[in-house]
Amino acid sequence: MRGNEREQEWSSLMRAAIAGDDASYADLLRQLTPVLRALARRGLARAGLAETDTEDVVQDTLLAIHLKRQTWDSTAPVGPWIFAIARHKTIDALRRRGRRIEVPIDDLADVLASGAEAPSLIVSDVDRHLDALPDGQRKVVRLVAVDGISIEEASMKLTMSRGAVRVALHRGLARLATRFRMDDT
Amino acid sequence: MRTDDLVRALVADNQSRAMPPSTALCCALVPAALVAAGLFLATMGLRPHIAALLTGDPRFAFKIFLAGLLAAAACGLASRLARPGTDPRRAALVVASVPVLLAAADLAELVTVPAADWGRRLVGSNALVCLRSIPFLAAAPLVAALLALRHGAPENPTLAGASAGLLAGGIGAALYATHCTDDSPFFVTVWYSLAIGLVVLVGAFCGSRCLRW
Repeated sequence: MRGNEREQEWSSLMRAAIAGDDASYADLLRQLTPVLRALARRGLARAGLAETDTEDVVQDTLLAIHLKRQTWDSTAPVGPWIFAIARHKTIDALRRRGRRIEVPIDDLADVLASGAEAPSLIVSDVDRHLDALPDGQRKVVRLVAVDGISIEEASMKLTMSRGAVRVALHRGLARLATRFRMDDT
Repeated sequence: MRTDDLVRALVADNQSRAMPPSTALCCALVPAALVAAGLFLATMGLRPHIAALLTGDPRFAFKIFLAGLLAAAACGLASRLARPGTDPRRAALVVASVPVLLAAADLAELVTVPAADWGRRLVGSNALVCLRSIPFLAAAPLVAALLALRHGAPENPTLAGASAGLLAGGIGAALYATHCTDDSPFFVTVWYSLAIGLVVLVGAFCGSRCLRW
């Protein structure tokens, strides 16, 4: 598919998603993920950073796209909006890592090499942030995200109302995004 | 958590809705402008014979119009700056028309008023009151605008904060203009600009802190 057609499809999926169609939203986010991954990888590689950080940037960007989707003007094409958010989040990640990584360059190369070999052993940012959520929010986000159960099932399992589960999920996601941003140490 | 897991959680949260930045700005500014107007009436109040003044000296109507135009233009700019991937240049041009109009008014004043009178008109009699009052009246609108912009996603938080300051400064200036007896464009150019500039600086500083996302 050519870039233009792809963006038009994204725009119509986004419009459907905002109108309440969850399937379109899932379709859109799944289509976006590899594109965001490629963008993040390119941005990090240019700055000489590890590919292992790519997924953190992708997840931070997806969270921002979700939490800020009201800032998209539905009469405008969605592509520039998505790319602006991805760029913003990549720059943000570079800034944070610039502060955090302060080791000599040869040591860094070792760390990066070993990290690239065993990426599954690395605890990703989102897992660390998830652990730091308040109990209720963490349980709901885990059940819905990792265990893949619906809001209804989660509300039965946790003996909470559906509304309370929805609120906990939304607050949990918003807090995850905040923790990505605050992660300066 | 894998990225696919995160996507699942985001889709489950699709029913949550937040206000677009322009709606959020309007919702926040209406009560804030009312607070500012209340403070204005309680502490300063309108100039006497305001109806006659509005139709009489064009300088009086012009400064109120200009402050109102600034607030409206800055509101447009702020809501564009809050949307990623949007070109804010046209909105910035509308804002830039305000100093251009003011410069034109200064030229007209230079031509119509004798040179001996220029200094008195520029210094006026309320310079310090103006510097104090505009930021005072702008405070509530500034807080409201910054809170509303947190719904947005400004690529440049400092700039977005500055536009909130411009918006709040415009509201403060429009209110103060109906009280102030110095109507000369000279006075407006120097003292209103200084007072609004102060609000813009505060807005930019707060924006750089609280509008990150």
